[in-house]
Amino acid sequence: MDGAQGITLAAVGSHFFVGLSRAMILFIVTSGLSFVLGILRVPNIAHGSLYMIGAFCAYTFNKLFGGGTMGFLAALLLAPLVVALVSLIAERALFCRLYEREHLMLLLFTFALMLILDDLVKMIWGADYRSVMAPEFLRGSVNLFGSSFPRYNLFLLVVGPLVAVALWLFTNKTKMGKIARAAAVDREMVGAVGINVSWVFAFAFVLGCYLAGLGGALVAPTISITLGMDHDIVIEAFLIVTIGGLGNMAGAMVGSLIFGITQSFGVLFWPQFAIVFPYLAVVIILIIRPTGLLKSVW
Amino acid sequence: MKKIEFKITLILIALLSLIPLVLPRFYIYITATIFVTALLAMSLNLVVGHGGLYQFHHGVFYGVGAYVTALLILKAGMPFWAAFILAPIASTVTGFLIGWFCVRLSKLYYGMLQISLGSLIWAIAFRWYSLTGGDDGLHGVTIPDLISSTRNAYYFTFIVLLASLWILYAILRSPFGTTLQALRDNPERCEAIGINVRRHQLAAVVIATFFAGVAGALFVVIEQSVFPDLLFWVLSLEVFIMCLLGGWFTFAGPILGAAIMVSLRTFVGTYTEYWTLVLGIILILLIFFLPEGVMGFFLERLGKPRSRQNGNDKAGASVGSR
Repeated sequence: MDGAQGITLAAVGSHFFVGLSRAMILFIVTSGLSFVLGILRVPNIAHGSLYMIGAFCAYTFNKLFGGGTMGFLAALLLAPLVVALVSLIAERALFCRLYEREHLMLLLFTFALMLILDDLVKMIWGADYRSVMAPEFLRGSVNLFGSSFPRYNLFLLVVGPLVAVALWLFTNKTKMGKIARAAAVDREMVGAVGINVSWVFAFAFVLGCYLAGLGGALVAPTISITLGMDHDIVIEAFLIVTIGGLGNMAGAMVGSLIFGITQSFGVLFWPQFAIVFPYLAVVIILIIRPTGLLKSVW
Repeated sequence: MKKIEFKITLILIALLSLIPLVLPRFYIYITATIFVTALLAMSLNLVVGHGGLYQFHHGVFYGVGAYVTALLILKAGMPFWAAFILAPIASTVTGFLIGWFCVRLSKLYYGMLQISLGSLIWAIAFRWYSLTGGDDGLHGVTIPDLISSTRNAYYFTFIVLLASLWILYAILRSPFGTTLQALRDNPERCEAIGINVRRHQLAAVVIATFFAGVAGALFVVIEQSVFPDLLFWVLSLEVFIMCLLGGWFTFAGPILGAAIMVSLRTFVGTYTEYWTLVLGIILILLIFFLPEGVMGFFLERLGKPRSRQNGNDKAGASVGSR
């Protein structure tokens, strides 16, 4: 354990905050996946691809609007909308015809969608690395408890809870949200009271994919955008959903925090095997609490 | 096996053993790759199609088989044949350990726990540079002269595949196999008549992982190298898709699925770099037009009852006989 000598309180603090901001990205992506999983009961394997499209669109819009604050805000607004549009088309044209089918066929469909979307991204943006600059007011770092902390990560720490609150308000206070929750529990009953279940599903799918796109747009300034970035996030999101409880939004938050923070402390304590730690955490949780930490909607 | 099926099987075996004599080297290599992939898909289908378990990360056991073979030869200096026997055993042990935790859960949770446990193994292989070569993998594994030429490697994989298929077929026809299918169709009822559901599922996982390990060792025979992608979840999913694609309620469906996937990747891949796009479109067409899988479709055309109903009848019979 080479990294172990230089661990100071400041390093622990800064890794904690980096983990926390990573958890916010994970939460936004995972909540979308969890929403789709809870209502449609389909593990959407293409979720990571939509996240990737979100990041690439953020790059394009940022460039189109000349970068800076304007470009950043445009990317943040428009990129998730493009992703939502893509998912709406896929859902209405193809996916909605499959709901009556064998469950694994739906899984197969989302896999096919992932293959198609990944290659479309390759066609449109190519295999190069891209990067997005954060706007002026989010660049640099601030001093936080004796360690410097990137401003953009601080911004993520604000956005994450905002999205969480918005989702909570939506699912608990609006009619549409309540219908969606009801459909998650008992779709036949929702249909029986005269609600068009097919459109509820479409709405849930698009909202879930919108969140994937939002996650992609938000992560864009912190990483290099490239093909293959979808592979890690989708598996992480699935594991987080599982440890948090399928379809449970609070569970998605708890799971993301566990995943993000163990990952970041892994970097601190044993950099070479940092990626092992979050998986280990997931394994331990699933062995102790096989159906996740919080209640699953299934 | 019915007479006509037996005849078709014999003709296929005869044709396939002629391939190295008539086709160029590249096609021999591709067919051998199909054999290895087919064995992997068949082993997965034992638990997915016949056992009804969501085995989402089967590739790990394949990767473990391949890595153990390569490591034993390169790092421990073992002779190939010893490694070839020990690798499937290593896969089986891994399968037992992972399966032991997983069978306590059901459906999606089973698959998820397996993915996280498998990803642990992947992460270790991916990062442990001094042992596994990290993301480069291990190359230049020495294979004995007897099976190192493309043609001999072909015959070797072919013979191992046939032997494995025969064993898998016998397992499925045995009381254990029929019990497994009964578990898939109605676990509650099986439990009620005193079948230990978890123990049967664990046994199926152990058997399947053994054959996945054999496939992994065969992979080293034809490629002479291993890399962490063998342990990555994308490969596992691809194999899962092969089972669905070929027809997961049939015995030979996964072989067909593997053949379709490998050929598509190889031949579409030579025309366009966007072969996964083509694969995705083909998959969607299949989902809409051949929901029973390719093999299921042909069997239906031949007027055979669907395998699933067959399975149900068998399940009913085995339940009744107890």
